[in-house]
Amino acid sequence: MTQALGRHAELSPIPKRGRLAALWRQIKINKANYLLLAPFATVFFVFTVLPVIMSIFLSFTHYNMLQPPVWVGWANYIRLFLADDVFLIALKNTFVFASITGPVSYFACLIFAWMINELKPKLRAFLTLLFYAPSISGNLFLIWTIIFSGDSYGLANGFLMRFGITTEPIQWLQDPRYMMGVIILIVLWLSLGTSFLVFIAGLQGIDKSLFEAGAIDGVKNRWQELWFITLPSMRPQLMFGAVISITQSFSVAGVTIALAGFPSTDYAARTVVTHLIDYGSVRFEMGYASAIATVLFFAMVLAQRVVQYLLRKMG
Amino acid sequence: MAFRLRERKLNRSAGGDLFIFSILAVSAAFMALPLVYAVCNAFKPLNELFLFPPQFFVRNPTLDNFKDLFVLMGQSWVPFSRYISNTLLITGLGTAGHVIIASMGAYSISKHIFPGSKLFSEIVLLSLMFAYQVTAVPNYIIMSKLGWINTHFSMIVPAWGASLGFFLMSKFMVQVPDELLEAARIDGAGEFRTWWSVVMPMVRPAWLTLIILSFQALWGDSGGRFIYKEALKTLPYALQQISSAGLARAGVGAAAGLIMIIIPIAVFVYNQSNIIETMTTSGID
Repeated sequence: MTQALGRHAELSPIPKRGRLAALWRQIKINKANYLLLAPFATVFFVFTVLPVIMSIFLSFTHYNMLQPPVWVGWANYIRLFLADDVFLIALKNTFVFASITGPVSYFACLIFAWMINELKPKLRAFLTLLFYAPSISGNLFLIWTIIFSGDSYGLANGFLMRFGITTEPIQWLQDPRYMMGVIILIVLWLSLGTSFLVFIAGLQGIDKSLFEAGAIDGVKNRWQELWFITLPSMRPQLMFGAVISITQSFSVAGVTIALAGFPSTDYAARTVVTHLIDYGSVRFEMGYASAIATVLFFAMVLAQRVVQYLLRKMG
Repeated sequence: MAFRLRERKLNRSAGGDLFIFSILAVSAAFMALPLVYAVCNAFKPLNELFLFPPQFFVRNPTLDNFKDLFVLMGQSWVPFSRYISNTLLITGLGTAGHVIIASMGAYSISKHIFPGSKLFSEIVLLSLMFAYQVTAVPNYIIMSKLGWINTHFSMIVPAWGASLGFFLMSKFMVQVPDELLEAARIDGAGEFRTWWSVVMPMVRPAWLTLIILSFQALWGDSGGRFIYKEALKTLPYALQQISSAGLARAGVGAAAGLIMIIIPIAVFVYNQSNIIETMTTSGID
């Protein structure tokens, strides 16, 4: 309920029917707003919210996609935490992965967007394209499988062997010791995407007179300008970027499957989402896969709340 | 002009310029090298692709990979132009619809408080965090109930309701000053008019960015979930089929990858240059 309405109700304790009437009045006043929202809301509910609700329902069932779902209560969740060792590996990998790539990619997006914004238009346009190109390039990231190929045809191995650093090719994508590091590197290479563009757009929207006013008020260099003027002016974009970083870093799967194989050696590159794909699309245990998705969802919401709290505190 | 020059130099030291420039140069090299390598591979003849020690640059550039690709395209059972027109239709209608209805809704949510508005934006935020892989089955059930299996609706309409665009637009619209909307209201503009002719021009960088993101997502969508008729399938699907035939097609695959990203990059360059233009012309106010 709205703040305005809440305050009104506080001032004069009106009976329930009165409150409903007030609510109805509010709705009628805002008719135009509901109309503007209606097209998006309809499509959004049918194709996004409804499937999510159905999935959460399925997470309490046993469902193999052939027979109708059978209600099993909390069984999927109990099995997930008590009887599935691989899930715990996946959970650990995902947390390690997200806690590195999430913050690093977030700050990389921000810092590069800001640095590029300092340049002259021509150079800025070129570098924006260059930094963004990997994330627009679709399957072109598979080039890394050639670079980090485990035989001597791989570029990285060829390079190391030519200079005598190693004599034998390193199994970059099969050896659990290197796997995660290589994948993190590649994900970071791919990470200057949505948030990066949004930060660039956000930087364009800042009122230029603020910088002049800041200079008069004693801002001495660009770093102070960044901290005292630029960042506070783009708080909504910073919040957006944080949410995107969280969702992306928690749901990494495509890159690990393409590079480390599926399943990967010793499950070293198993993440929550690859675990989910395994149960959903390979073993057809949709109920169990939905339970994994629901757990992941709450983990992301928790992370988002923490980051939101930190960002608010900073500002 | 003289004033402009001085403005650019405001609070900028040469040392800082050098520092930023060197960081950007090193990172640009890291970003660019794999791409250069991919481009080189598309022009490599087969014997150079599997050489030891591996070569970074191409020695005898050839267009064979592209020629092979076009021959394979010509041999497809459904005329190849069908795949292209399918993808153009889906990408065009999907992007346009999404940008329009998402920004309409975002305006009403971000600039007004009404019963349900807070709850709605909270739901949009939460929906971003649910793994889309598990919603595939429920989505299929919904599509078949609507009778949209084997139609392009199944790809276009869900794209209109993507949460990302709504979230993005509402974050930018929050920053539009309320005084401006008040002024429009006093001038007699209704909510729809205010959205279209006051708010949308103000957040031009935002929707230009959203066009890039939405276009890119739809362009690369192979649409394997709801469309089974060959004549309705998309370009990424067709190219995947062509290039996924093992080692012999490695070069063709590289060529196909290169061709696929030309259009999104063109859209990106066009929109980005417009974003920058917005900035240089709005300096007057």
